[in-house]
Amino acid sequence: MSDTDTIQSVLGFMPPFATTMGMTVDHMHGGLPVIAYDYGPQVMGRPGFLHGGALSGLLEISAIAALRVTLGQDESNLKIKPVNITINFMRGGRELRTYALGEVTRIGRRVANVEAKAWQDDPAKPIATVFMNFLLSAPRPA
Amino acid sequence: MTDPTPDSAEPSSGFDPSMFQTMMSSHGHSGHLGIHYHAHGDNWVELALPYSDALIGDVDSGVIASGPIISLMDNATSVSVWTAIGKFRPQVTLDLRVDYMRPATPGKTVFGRGECYKTTRSMAFVRGVAHDGDPDDPVAHVAGTFIRVENFLG
Repeated sequence: MSDTDTIQSVLGFMPPFATTMGMTVDHMHGGLPVIAYDYGPQVMGRPGFLHGGALSGLLEISAIAALRVTLGQDESNLKIKPVNITINFMRGGRELRTYALGEVTRIGRRVANVEAKAWQDDPAKPIATVFMNFLLSAPRPA
Repeated sequence: MTDPTPDSAEPSSGFDPSMFQTMMSSHGHSGHLGIHYHAHGDNWVELALPYSDALIGDVDSGVIASGPIISLMDNATSVSVWTAIGKFRPQVTLDLRVDYMRPATPGKTVFGRGECYKTTRSMAFVRGVAHDGDPDDPVAHVAGTFIRVENFLG
């Protein structure tokens, strides 16, 4: 799939929660989507800073998007179920556009391990990272 | 839908989580999600996240995304720290782990109960449960830590 097609497919499976938070695919990086949103009241925590939960939500969507894209078209029917997430906060998110990129560490038969990091002006200075575990299952036969 | 009757203790101190959360819920991310105060005790706070189409994570089932549950639990555990120590103390989330037991039932309010079980000079240790009516059938469990900071708004 071309990057343009991948972006369209990621935008296609973004749920209402992601779109109402202003999430979009900013660009592709190494074949994986960089998800981003702008600062605004919907992501503000304490005045002047991103809400940790809003940041976690962005990271989670970027992890799911990375997993979906990595699984690819062949396994697009596979159901992915988040089992858990661990978020580490490194820096307060400021009133800037925020980016998040997920990376699949391993896809097994039943479990996928995915990491993601979020940054603002400098990708080398992450503001938060997550580890997520997903359960993979084939869709129930109709 | 009506919420179960809150089982609240009187504020034990100078920190009132109901007033604080009402202030926080009027704007920002908490306001966007519609999170509001529900109940509290000496070292715990329960907040409510009403069901909304804007929170949906799975269009086919109508189940809400897990992101809003993280936000709910981040808020509930954070406010539980100040409730436990009886005053506001600037802090930020250091880490948070969320285990998802099951999807929240579409249409139901999700309640997030955060509890602060230990504080030190620098740290606060928290845990919590998200449920949609029956705390014995939780949607998620969380554990996390907050670190005290000098400059909250810097």
